[in-house]
Amino acid sequence: MKGRPPLRPLGAVLGLGILLGAPWILPGWLLFLLTLALAKGLVVLGIVLLMWGGLVSFGHGLYFAAGAYTVAFLYRFLGVREAAVGILGAVLVSGVLAGVVGLFLSRYRAIFFGMLSVAFSMILYAFLLKFYFVTGGTDGLRVPIPSIAGFEPPARDIRTVYYFLNLGFACLGLFVAHRLSGSPLGYLMRAIRDNEVRVEYMGASVRRTVYAVYLLSGVLGGLGGALVAFNVGHVAPDLAYWTTSGEFVFVAILGGTGGVGAPFVASAVFELVRNYAIKLSPYTWQLGLGAVLLLIIFFYPEGLWGLYEAIRSRLSAWPKSSSKR
Amino acid sequence: MDRLLAVFLDGLIFAAWLFLVSAGLSFVYGVLRVLNVAHGSFYSLGAYLAATLVGAVVGRGLSVLLTYPALLAAALVVGLAVGPPMERVLLRRIQGRDEVTGLLLTFAVLLIFEDITKLVWGVTPWSADAAYGALGQVRLGTVTYAVYPLALVGVGAAVGAGLWVLVNRTPFGKLVSSVIADREVSAALGVDVGRVNSFAFTLGAILAALGGALVAPMISVVPGISVEVIIVAFAVTVIGGLGNIAGAALGAVVVGLIRAAALYFFPELDLFLVYAIMTLVLIFRPYGLFGRPEVRRI
Repeated sequence: MKGRPPLRPLGAVLGLGILLGAPWILPGWLLFLLTLALAKGLVVLGIVLLMWGGLVSFGHGLYFAAGAYTVAFLYRFLGVREAAVGILGAVLVSGVLAGVVGLFLSRYRAIFFGMLSVAFSMILYAFLLKFYFVTGGTDGLRVPIPSIAGFEPPARDIRTVYYFLNLGFACLGLFVAHRLSGSPLGYLMRAIRDNEVRVEYMGASVRRTVYAVYLLSGVLGGLGGALVAFNVGHVAPDLAYWTTSGEFVFVAILGGTGGVGAPFVASAVFELVRNYAIKLSPYTWQLGLGAVLLLIIFFYPEGLWGLYEAIRSRLSAWPKSSSKR
Repeated sequence: MDRLLAVFLDGLIFAAWLFLVSAGLSFVYGVLRVLNVAHGSFYSLGAYLAATLVGAVVGRGLSVLLTYPALLAAALVVGLAVGPPMERVLLRRIQGRDEVTGLLLTFAVLLIFEDITKLVWGVTPWSADAAYGALGQVRLGTVTYAVYPLALVGVGAAVGAGLWVLVNRTPFGKLVSSVIADREVSAALGVDVGRVNSFAFTLGAILAALGGALVAPMISVVPGISVEVIIVAFAVTVIGGLGNIAGAALGAVVVGLIRAAALYFFPELDLFLVYAIMTLVLIFRPYGLFGRPEVRRI
């Protein structure tokens, strides 16, 4: 069992400096990818929180789509374009949804947890597809450029505004996850992965712990969905499809569960690689994903973050080991 | 009355198909303790190869009756070509790791096969309907039915009976039962667990491919059928209890009849009902109708 990961002030400040300057350094398309990666990183973070307890949610497309469609419905039926309302609505809807679904899921572990969560997300997918008079069917719904806290962002700077919006929420997510990892709840979650029965003998409720983390995880999913809806300007039933959820799980495993920043790093890497891979050869994209997933399972179970830690510890040990020789 | 008969027959046909795909899934889980998501890929490979072979048989101007051996051949070829290497190369290496690793591993294999089928067969639909029409139609009371789907019910029952005999009445079945009961003790008593795993996994793959091959004449074979089938098959196996073949049969009949009824009376509710039954069963009998709770180890 690992304790709370240490904060690294120097690296954090340097990273934040680069991230804050990104809109003026990066070309437009790259900024767009990074913006998306930050939003999707929130969803992945939600999945990683559950992975602390050894639970893999193959159905986070449920919350992703719920958040995105909340934003779209708010505009379609109530004419609300305000981002603050949309995001708040998405958080509420996904929170309530996770509250209900979590009641069932918190009873299950391992494959039952994974497959039941797929089933729930596929129910939403079927609903979005079939009730086209409400949801727009396969065509999906349009999401207009929002006003942000009453302020109308100029169209020229909209990408920069989105970027900072997402960066802000990503930082918030990071902060929450960091605090959670050091809290009793975080420790309990990791203890559940090690041995559930012992946790119960200590007097803690496994179900309640899983339920609480699942709730937070669902809210993160809904938040990410709302942000992506604004960025892309369009929502479609595919958001709830199993491939979307599968990609989130893939990114979560790619990053590893070692540090709270891993989901965002992995998400950025994933979006960047996909951007090129789909252009180069659209029919072998999933094949590549599967192959990389196999490699991770067999050789790097700790993911990119683990790789980074391994390199770091080797580098910091380097002067000593060379002087010994 | 006619309507009820139609619902009943449709339900049975659907149940036969469900049983073919979920029996293998359940069997493999029982022996290897891996929920094989790639089961859906074997199903779709079976369907694609069946469509190709049927097309070849018809294209050469051979007798339509030859399409039926072609369907079986497709299932055997896929199962034997894919099953043993996957068990030997991939699954054997994660033995002893938790069940989620098996889920992720087979998910990776599913992703790989999704693209392989697209590369080989493209994205346009394939069809094997020559095999469907050749058996003609039959009148049951006032309802006219195609014979092919009814024959599928017979195949489903035969496969079920065959599996029962294999597990309960053969030496191999004894080995399988002992591995299901306790892997370590079986190994200690001299059972070649690796070989049993390999056989069981290959049998599961053949069953999945058989399900795909036999259903190919009734549907249009397109990318994505692999995933639809795995989710429904999982629901069926969960209703009966994972690892329990009799349970899979019961689950298949329950889901088949209810879904057929839903398609007739409330078409919108179609898939919702399958998941609703699964959820209800899981709430009241978390280990399935026939399953037994596992002992939790401290």
